[in-house]
Amino acid sequence: MPRKQTKSTADTQPVDGPIQFLSPEGVLEPDSRLELPSAIDLLALHRDMALVRRLDTEAIALQRQGELGLWPSLRGQEAAQVGAAHALAEQDMVFPTYREHGVAWCRGLDPVSLLGIFRGSTLGGWNPYERRFGLYTLVIGAQTLHAVGYAMGLVRDDVIGSGDDTRDTAVLVFLGDGALSEGETNEAFLWAAAQNLPVVFFCQNNQWAISAPYSVQSRVPVAQRATGFGFPGVSVDGNDVLACLAATREALTLARSGGGPTLIEAVTYRINAHTTADDATRYRPSAETDEWAAKDPLERLRLHLTARGDVGEEYFADIERREQELAEQLRAGCRALPTPDHASSFENTYTEMPAELRRQLAEHSEYLAAGFLTADQEIGATR
Amino acid sequence: MSISMVKALNNGLRKALQDDPKVLLMGEDIGRLGGVFRVTDDLQKEFGSRRVIDTPLGEAGIVGSAIGLAMRGYRPVCEIQFDGFVYPAVNQIISQLAKLRHRSGGVITLPVVIRIPFGGGIGSIEHHSESPEVYFAHTAGLKVVTCSNPQDAYDMIRQAVDDDDPVIFLEPKRHYWTKGEVTDGTPPPLARARVLRAGTDATLIAYGPMVPAALEAADAAAEEGHSVEVIDLRSLSPLDLDTVRESVHRTGRALVTHEASLSHGFGAELAARIQQEEFHFLEAPVLRITGYDTPYPPSRLESDWLPGVDRILDALDHSLSY
Repeated sequence: MPRKQTKSTADTQPVDGPIQFLSPEGVLEPDSRLELPSAIDLLALHRDMALVRRLDTEAIALQRQGELGLWPSLRGQEAAQVGAAHALAEQDMVFPTYREHGVAWCRGLDPVSLLGIFRGSTLGGWNPYERRFGLYTLVIGAQTLHAVGYAMGLVRDDVIGSGDDTRDTAVLVFLGDGALSEGETNEAFLWAAAQNLPVVFFCQNNQWAISAPYSVQSRVPVAQRATGFGFPGVSVDGNDVLACLAATREALTLARSGGGPTLIEAVTYRINAHTTADDATRYRPSAETDEWAAKDPLERLRLHLTARGDVGEEYFADIERREQELAEQLRAGCRALPTPDHASSFENTYTEMPAELRRQLAEHSEYLAAGFLTADQEIGATR
Repeated sequence: MSISMVKALNNGLRKALQDDPKVLLMGEDIGRLGGVFRVTDDLQKEFGSRRVIDTPLGEAGIVGSAIGLAMRGYRPVCEIQFDGFVYPAVNQIISQLAKLRHRSGGVITLPVVIRIPFGGGIGSIEHHSESPEVYFAHTAGLKVVTCSNPQDAYDMIRQAVDDDDPVIFLEPKRHYWTKGEVTDGTPPPLARARVLRAGTDATLIAYGPMVPAALEAADAAAEEGHSVEVIDLRSLSPLDLDTVRESVHRTGRALVTHEASLSHGFGAELAARIQQEEFHFLEAPVLRITGYDTPYPPSRLESDWLPGVDRILDALDHSLSY
């Protein structure tokens, strides 16, 4: 289907604002700029968003209890992440930031595995090839170039433009509004455009890069930046899961067909602080947060489903039961995450451990074997 | 056959491209132009622009996309045009390339080679004569190697491409046009140092650009009756300490020379290792003959600024008279 371009002028917002199907009141209306795709499983979207929110809430609680050192909350961004993730084909590759818990969930990762890096039990946590979901990238923007390189590989593997839906592959890379200011992101845009690569840049503009508002990052709307690089940019209501799904599906289809990159801006809001270590009250008014809370992505879908009348109390009770199970799984799983063996710090630094590293490992092992408690054991002993 | 180091690298890369269809070359001006030093001359013509890729300018882009290509199963060989241009890529090299294998518990393998012409002595402008080896040698997860002659250039570039770990491959640009015999044989392992000249009175340790000067100094010392052993380290990380120890253990004297600045340089690491391992066998302190702790000078001053044969011989006298 042909893309209907978002109209924009040099220094104004897109004329009609972000594409939106589902209003904050839960009313579904068409948007002339994008076709609402058929065959959308609304209940699956709702279920994933509800569970992802619970995952996030539970992880924050685990951090407050001292079980995690840190947690970057996704609250408010459930629609953007779940919508984008539901547009993926199995063979597509995802490169996330560190906040894509919702995408990870939809990709089928064990949710407990998301906790490891924040508990300090691992630097990674999952096999990125198993679910085609890359490792979290903590340095802002760095993953955009990995996505571009992976897409260059797809071109060389001839897995785009064959028309075979099970074969043609694209890359979906996530970034935030802060990442737009990084040179590497701009290089990634440029490379993707110049080589017409099968990559979709999904920017969750949650308005705040820690304490820096979007006005510090740019004087033009996010989607408009793509135009300068020579590929389409589209702005969607990031709190409308249907708009996020539809736009991402269209962009991925274009990429898989050999049509090149797209930048999607999902206009959303980081309801919580940047991480559990941050204090957002120091830099933004609570009125703003309240305003966005009223546009809650999960609530609007619940309102819509309820108004349609095809779900009732039973359905929501089932969701609540699943949330409880997930919470218990996370609590138990988090505490059961093993502290890695001390040798693991030395392993996998290289394919084969160099002699000097073997010597250092032996020295360290001997030191530990002499009976000194590790810091972790000491903590355990005093509990 | 006697060929230049540039030609030896070109032949080595050609062989790597022939041997494995997953090998790609990428960098600025490497295709039609053949690279500013012509190391990739004709390779795009032979292997096509899908395998020998002219990239946009942007070193972070080159290394960052090489990481993505490697995650898709390719073996990219990146060319950074000059030593001083590698710094925009340092985030990708240090925070991503070096660490992803470890971060992923060994699941992600990144067989990426980053070729960097390095060092001075060619009368160039600023940023074209630097010696950034220690930044990379200090980073866990990277291998750092450098060749000093055409035969090693030919062998080591293929070994670097075959290596499953990221390799920083430093090419001493002032010896690019030095010719030497190159044959197909069985090379020593990539991480092995090589004793280029046997000696009994002192051990002179060099790598890359300083190796010819070290050999020349050893020749001059021989005329004065001093027998100097010359080691070409070849690999800075991992470091072949065994070869160094064995030599210093016999000679009792060690000198290290490199173009890079003195303080915190690779010579400091060698001095520490040698004194720790061979303390009781040392007849003199380990001495370093290096560039100074300044930015690289304008080219009219470089021949005086760079360590050379005379300064090596002065240091040798100092060591022998200790």
